[in-house]
Amino acid sequence: MSKDMSFEAVMGRRSEIMKKAIGIDYDAFESDGIVFDYEKMMRETGYSLQEIERIQKETGVGNTPLLELKNLTELARKYAPEGKGARIFIKDEAANPSGSFKDRRAATACYHAQRLGYKGVVAATSGNYGAAVASQAAMRGLKCIIVQECYDSRGVGQPEIIEKARKCEALGAEVVQLTVGPELFYTFLKILEETGYFNASLYTPFGIAGVETLGYELSMQFREREGKDPDAVVITNAGGGNLTGTARGLIKAGASHTQIVGASVDLSGLHMASDTQFNKKSFTTGHTGFGVPFATWPDRSDVPRSAARPLRYMDRYLLINQGSVFYMTEALAQVQGIERGPAGNTSLAVAFSLAQELDEDKIVVAQETEYTGAGKHIQPQLSFAKENGIKVEIGDPEDEVPGKNIVLPKDPSYIKAKDTDINKMRKSYIKNCIKHSNAKKVTDKDIKFLAEETKTNEQFVKEELKELNIIY
Amino acid sequence: MDAKKGTWVRIHNIVLKSEERSPHLPEDTRKVPLEMWVKGFLLNDEANIGDMVEVETYIGRREKGKLVEVNPYYTHSFGKCVPELLYIGRQLRGIISKEGDR
Repeated sequence: MSKDMSFEAVMGRRSEIMKKAIGIDYDAFESDGIVFDYEKMMRETGYSLQEIERIQKETGVGNTPLLELKNLTELARKYAPEGKGARIFIKDEAANPSGSFKDRRAATACYHAQRLGYKGVVAATSGNYGAAVASQAAMRGLKCIIVQECYDSRGVGQPEIIEKARKCEALGAEVVQLTVGPELFYTFLKILEETGYFNASLYTPFGIAGVETLGYELSMQFREREGKDPDAVVITNAGGGNLTGTARGLIKAGASHTQIVGASVDLSGLHMASDTQFNKKSFTTGHTGFGVPFATWPDRSDVPRSAARPLRYMDRYLLINQGSVFYMTEALAQVQGIERGPAGNTSLAVAFSLAQELDEDKIVVAQETEYTGAGKHIQPQLSFAKENGIKVEIGDPEDEVPGKNIVLPKDPSYIKAKDTDINKMRKSYIKNCIKHSNAKKVTDKDIKFLAEETKTNEQFVKEELKELNIIY
Repeated sequence: MDAKKGTWVRIHNIVLKSEERSPHLPEDTRKVPLEMWVKGFLLNDEANIGDMVEVETYIGRREKGKLVEVNPYYTHSFGKCVPELLYIGRQLRGIISKEGDR
């Protein structure tokens, strides 16, 4: 008898399919109430830093160059107050085999899949992660399927996503392309069930642990070169894995004074599941449409418990407009001679602004770059924006309205990252925990957990619980 | 006949009709179906554009759908000239050389 493949039936088999496709029993880390044992999950299902370094070395991942951007530093100092203008560095993650830091996550996922005897891997992603999984799968002789949200209902796709589909195919993967909508997950589950392949989710403990080497390398490279850790690391934030992994790696290196700064493109006002707004945005990742919901509720991902929990580590969360990122992409090419993809330069645009707040002897590093090429480049992305009715203007980024226009800063003095209210996000996370667990009363353990999850203290958690009328 | 057995083709199908879609969607998305495109080698002996066919994907999975493209290829590019970008390089070099006296 064939299985019921209807939407309801497949979604109903969700946890059974996932268990087979990841091989982790997430229940082992749960207990009553809100709390779950995050560190135990990372310890027992992940790999040690040394193991990951070895795994990544096998496929040529990591140990990417650390570059000082002297001309951009000089430029930032021009606009900074006297004595300010930290040195700006970049970690050239585009030097990884498939062209982005995502290789670090894919390396551990594919190693794990191979070790457990899976014949292939599946990943749901429209981003660089697809190419990373395809590349690592190719090296390890695994089959690979990438499921992409790619087109709107007119069949029009973002050039950036089309390019990623091409790259996945070039690396021997099958690419399943879908129109807009979160029911992508239904197709994803059907493919997992049909093939019995491994779910190379972005959010497993081994995926996140794969990024720890990035944070660790940063610390080691700076100690070797400058005799100290970086003062601030700026990390593009979407699903939270890049930030979580990098911060954990820095902590493992003992870089306890390094500030962890999240950076996202401000796309507030655009709905991520909207068919008509899908092609009105010029960034497909690294934006607030993922950054905010995933930080305030990480367990919305494709695994029962996400290993990406950015609020545990984030000190600040800075936003930047689309036009400033495009400007910085051009700046990196024109005055530093390094041409890279725009999405990877989100953290650089924020670092440029942040450097002007810090003293001259401080060090700020944008911890990634990504490859560039047809589709994944400022010119096709801005051409596409214009074709979709977005005005491209030169002026004050303050006037940018996501979905309406893109404002390129008139000159570099207009590149200003804006702080988000991180305490508001922390409170929102606590509220979501209460909502999803239906708790009326919380225990001391829960309070301790919530303080860790939000990088705050018990007092902060208790005040928010009081606001929510929750007994503790 | 547009394609014969073994030809590399692209197929299309409807995963969910609009009435089958998740209720938690914005209005505009709920009004349209969830569509899918996959590429593969044609398994039917022969077919024309618009026919329902079966393919074997590059990694060997089978999928059915409507034949929409034969020998599909990519057309994404480096886009058109965006004149709005042209000031950036000159502006930056101007600012830096004035300061650095190089």
